Amino acid sequence: MERSIAIQSAAGRSAGAAALEPQAAVASQCVLRFTGVTKTYRHNASRMLLRRGLLSWFTRSGSDIFYALRDVSFELDANTSLAVVGANGAGKSTLLRCATGISKPDKGRVEVRGTIAALMELGAGFHPDLTGAENVLLNASLLGLTRRETLQQFDGIVEFSGLGNFIDEPLRTYSSGMVLRLAFSVAVRVDPDILVIDEILAVGDIDFQEKCIAEIMRLKQSGKTLIYVAHNLSSLRKLCDRALWLEHGKLRMFGPCAEVLDAYEAAPPPVTL
Amino acid sequence: MREAAPAVAVLAPPTSGGSRGGGNILFLLSNLVLKDFRIRYRNMSLGVVWSIANPLVMMGVLTFVFTRIYPNPSFPNFAVFILCGLVPFNFYTLALNAGTTSLLENQSLVKRVRCPRVIFPIAAVLANCLHFIIQIALLIAFVFAFGYRINRFWPYLGLIWGLEVVFMSGLTLITSVLDVYYRDVRYVVEASNVVMFWLVPIFYSLEMVPQNLRLFYLLDPIAAVVVAGRDVLLHAKPPSGNLLAALGLVSTGCLVAGLAIFNRLERNVADLL
Repeated sequence: MERSIAIQSAAGRSAGAAALEPQAAVASQCVLRFTGVTKTYRHNASRMLLRRGLLSWFTRSGSDIFYALRDVSFELDANTSLAVVGANGAGKSTLLRCATGISKPDKGRVEVRGTIAALMELGAGFHPDLTGAENVLLNASLLGLTRRETLQQFDGIVEFSGLGNFIDEPLRTYSSGMVLRLAFSVAVRVDPDILVIDEILAVGDIDFQEKCIAEIMRLKQSGKTLIYVAHNLSSLRKLCDRALWLEHGKLRMFGPCAEVLDAYEAAPPPVTL
Repeated sequence: MREAAPAVAVLAPPTSGGSRGGGNILFLLSNLVLKDFRIRYRNMSLGVVWSIANPLVMMGVLTFVFTRIYPNPSFPNFAVFILCGLVPFNFYTLALNAGTTSLLENQSLVKRVRCPRVIFPIAAVLANCLHFIIQIALLIAFVFAFGYRINRFWPYLGLIWGLEVVFMSGLTLITSVLDVYYRDVRYVVEASNVVMFWLVPIFYSLEMVPQNLRLFYLLDPIAAVVVAGRDVLLHAKPPSGNLLAALGLVSTGCLVAGLAIFNRLERNVADLL
């Protein structure tokens, strides 16, 4: 598929200066396109039971369907950062899961150009009994790195996390802020073309949040794309240039960040989830 | 799910895992195998001793029952005869249990990153190969202790035990993905392990099975592995061609079917976890 720009050489990926070059070529190129994406879930989670499954086999009782995303279409260019806003349950996380390919849409198309790294739930992708260092290796391999690439990045990841000697302690001894430090360090050092962050930066301390924001700015400048979900609108205003507003799974508004966020703030909150 | 989704077109599936070729898959696989092994042994002071203790205790109990309570003079070295059956059977139960629950156990990884998910049950089976190898070493030690010697048919052992790993990979691909749909599957698997203990010729030989039922034993790969292992180790004769053909066909057929079923059911896995 259209992966040609996704895979830069390992040398180009690690050198900071070289990463600036592709910017001109990449600029204004669409990296993420949703076309009429619809994603439904069933309300009755009890389908997981065999008894229920066997019954519905005979009765075909229709379980009521809930639309997490309904006919969502938008395009995102490289080198932009997108803010995703909406009330709880509006479909923000589902949108991210579809973008990263973890979930597949029921209808419509998701097209992605390049590699995606996602910071979705805190601690997801980590195992509590493994040490920080072992988790870094596991996580980097899950994000698609080879052994050599991981070993090249390893010191940088540990240094950026600022965890020091804690890197050899089991993850279960970490505070949530420390887990975030490790997760963020791996995700940015893997150097994805698209970085997805789902409102988890809030648990970091001020110091690390500023470090993260500086790192996100650096990624932006090197032509990368950012998708950022948060409820803190002022940080979204600072970081993002486009915004997408979801309401009950539908795309309510998509456009320049300030415009959409102003409208979102002015709108009355939705009555029910 | 049976309510098949309407024409889905994910034309450019988002990539993160796998986009950098086979080097990453092997790195990921080795990380997952190491993770299983580390987690299992980190909290055990005696570590590997437990892999040996289980077959030794079972061997002792079964030898006591079938030499003192139900004496069976037709097998002179009953302890090693039992162990030839226990080692492949133990691998079967351990790999099946670990493989069946592998997607649920790793759900924080499965839900976070898009990587080839077949890797989770396969890694669980391979992690158990380490126990299998330790138990094989124990078996070989007993074979020598009872006065048997290496014969020219020993290379067959690698083939038959390798085919058991192939069979287990295929079987756990099916049970792991079914376990995500119906959590009851693991209980079915646990119950089937008890049944299999009696239906695999562990404390009896194939010759004691009525002639018209032997075909079923040859079609059961675990029984076939036990019979073939005894032929080589205790009777210094090659396994019969029929047995090897049946074992090879059923094992590879199971792997092909497992991959097909897994790939078909895998698309909903992230939503059901």
